[in-house]
Amino acid sequence: MTGTDDDILIRASGLTKAFGDFTAVDGIDFGVRRGEAFGFLGPNGAGKSSTMRMVGCVSPATGGELRLFGQDPATHGPDIRARLGVVPQRDTLDEELTVEENIWIYGRYFGLSRREVRSRATELLEFAQLSDRAGSKVEPLSGGMKRRLTIARSLINSPEILLLDEPTTGLDPQARHVLWDRLFRLKRSGVTLVLTTHYMDEAEQLCDRLVVMDHGRIVAEGSPRSLIEQYSTREVLELRFAEDDHGAYADKLFGVGERTEVLPDRLLVYTDDGDEAAAAVHRLGLHPLSSLVRRSTLEDVFLHLTGRTLVD
Amino acid sequence: MSVPTPTAARPQRWRPVFGYWLTAYKRTWRGSIFGRFLSPLLFLLSMGLGLGSLVNRSAGGVGGVPYLEFVVPGILAAQAMWVAMGESTYQVLGAIRWQMQYHAMLATPIGVDDLLLGHLTYVAAQVTSATVIFMAVAACFGAWASWWVLLALPVTLLTGMAFAVPIFAFSARQEGDSGFNILFRFIITPLFLFSGTFFPVSQLPVWLRPVAWVTPLWHGVEANRSLALGSPDALAVLGHTAYLLVFIAAGAWVARRAFRGRLVT
Repeated sequence: MTGTDDDILIRASGLTKAFGDFTAVDGIDFGVRRGEAFGFLGPNGAGKSSTMRMVGCVSPATGGELRLFGQDPATHGPDIRARLGVVPQRDTLDEELTVEENIWIYGRYFGLSRREVRSRATELLEFAQLSDRAGSKVEPLSGGMKRRLTIARSLINSPEILLLDEPTTGLDPQARHVLWDRLFRLKRSGVTLVLTTHYMDEAEQLCDRLVVMDHGRIVAEGSPRSLIEQYSTREVLELRFAEDDHGAYADKLFGVGERTEVLPDRLLVYTDDGDEAAAAVHRLGLHPLSSLVRRSTLEDVFLHLTGRTLVD
Repeated sequence: MSVPTPTAARPQRWRPVFGYWLTAYKRTWRGSIFGRFLSPLLFLLSMGLGLGSLVNRSAGGVGGVPYLEFVVPGILAAQAMWVAMGESTYQVLGAIRWQMQYHAMLATPIGVDDLLLGHLTYVAAQVTSATVIFMAVAACFGAWASWWVLLALPVTLLTGMAFAVPIFAFSARQEGDSGFNILFRFIITPLFLFSGTFFPVSQLPVWLRPVAWVTPLWHGVEANRSLALGSPDALAVLGHTAYLLVFIAAGAWVARRAFRGRLVT
C-alpha cells in the first residue's frame, strides 16, 4: 500500500470476529486511505456487517488488530466514534419524532450545542433534499427519504469517515440513484466512504477500491476494473436453452470461450469476443432460446471466485 | 460544512440521553400527567374513604391510626414501584429491539454507561413527578399528619429506583414482551398486595414475613409511614434508606452487565 501512515485512516490485520463457535470474520487484512471510497462486496452472511460493526467501534474484535486514525477502538472508542458517521443496515430513526428533531437529538449525542445542531440540521436537510419535510413525522416517509435522513443525520458531526452498511438495500432504482448521487457529492467534498453491499452495480458505481468477501474471508482485492481484468474476461455470452438442465450443455460447448459457468436458468460463456463465441455456438448446431453479449461485471468476478452468485 | 466542535467531556455524556427521553415523552405527556392526577384520586376515594371508614368503624383504624393516614404513605411507595415498572420494561426492550434508540446512541461517542445513566435519570424524573403529584393530591384530602412527610419524597424516589434498576437488567435480557407479564403477575402484583401497603406485615403468616422484609417495597412503605405519621424513628428510616441504596447499587451492577452483554456484541 502506498501513501504515508497519515493517509491510512483504517488499518486491519488478522481482524477476527467470532460468536461462540461461529467465526463471522476470519482474520482479514485491509486498509482504507483518506478520501477514497472503499467497499466490502459479498453475499449475505459473508461477514461484511460484522466487519462494519467492528470498524464502527460498537463491536469488540475477537482477534487481530484494528486501528482507526491510528487509535485502538478498545481504548479510544468514543474518541474514534466522534469522527465517524454511521449509516446502519436498518434505519434507527425515531419514527414518531419529526425529521429535524431526529437530527437535533443525534447531534446532541456528539456534544454539539443546540444552536450548532439547528444550523447544521438546516444545511443537512438541504443536502438530503428533505427541507420541505423538516417538520413532518418520520413514520410516513418513503424508504428512500428515510435512508437520506439517516445519511443526513450521520453527517451532523462532519465525520471524516462515513460507514454505510448496505446503503440502498430495499430501495427502488430511482431512490438508489438519488442516494448514489448524494454519496458522490460527499466523496468529492473529501469524506472517506466505507460501504458494504451485495449489489455489484453499487460496488462498481461507488467504489474506488473494494474487497470481495466470502465466508468471513477476503478472497480478492482491487479496483472494480482491475478485479474484472484479473478474474474475468472482457465479455460474457449469456445463453438460455429450452431445457431446465443447463448443465448438460456445458460439455457440448467445450472449446467455445475460455470457460463456462452454469447457473440454474442460464449458461455463461467467458470470452474476449462475445459475438464470435455466439457464432461458434451456432456452428456447433446449438440453438439457444436467447443469447446475449455483455461486458463482465463484479458479479462474474464473484461467481468465478466462489462459484456462487451474490444475490440469491 | 462547518468545523465540528470537540465532544462533551466524558461525565456529561448521559445528558443528551436524558434529553432524548424527555423529547420522546413530549408525545404522550398530556395523558400521562392526567393519569398521575387520577390514580391517587381513585386510591384516596376507594381505600382511604371507602374502605377506611369501614376499618375505622370496626377496628378504630390500624393500631389507633386512622386508615387513611395509615394506607396513603404505603400507596405512595407502591405507586413509585408501578411507575418505575411502567418506564423500565417496554421502553428498554424497544430501545434494544424495536425502535433501536440505544443502537443509534452507541454509534456516537455515547457509551453503555452513559445511556444507562441517562435513561435511569429520566425514569427518576418520572417517579419524582408522579410522587410530587400524588403527595399534593393526598394533601388536599388531609392524608398527611406531619411535615415530616416531605422526607418521604426522596425515600419514595429510592423505592422506585430500587425497582427500575433491576427491571432494566431484566428487560435487557428479554427477547419478547412475554416476560413482562410474568414480572407483572408474579412479582409486582403480589408485592403490591403483601408488602405492608394495605395492612401491617405482622398480619402475614410468620413464614411469609421474611419475604416481605427483603423486598424493597416493604422498606419504602415502612419508612414513608414512619415519616408521614409524624414521629419518625430516625434509625429505622435510615436503615430502610440504606437498604434501598444497597439494593439500587446491586441492581446497577447487574444492569451494567446485562446492558453490556446485550448491546456490545
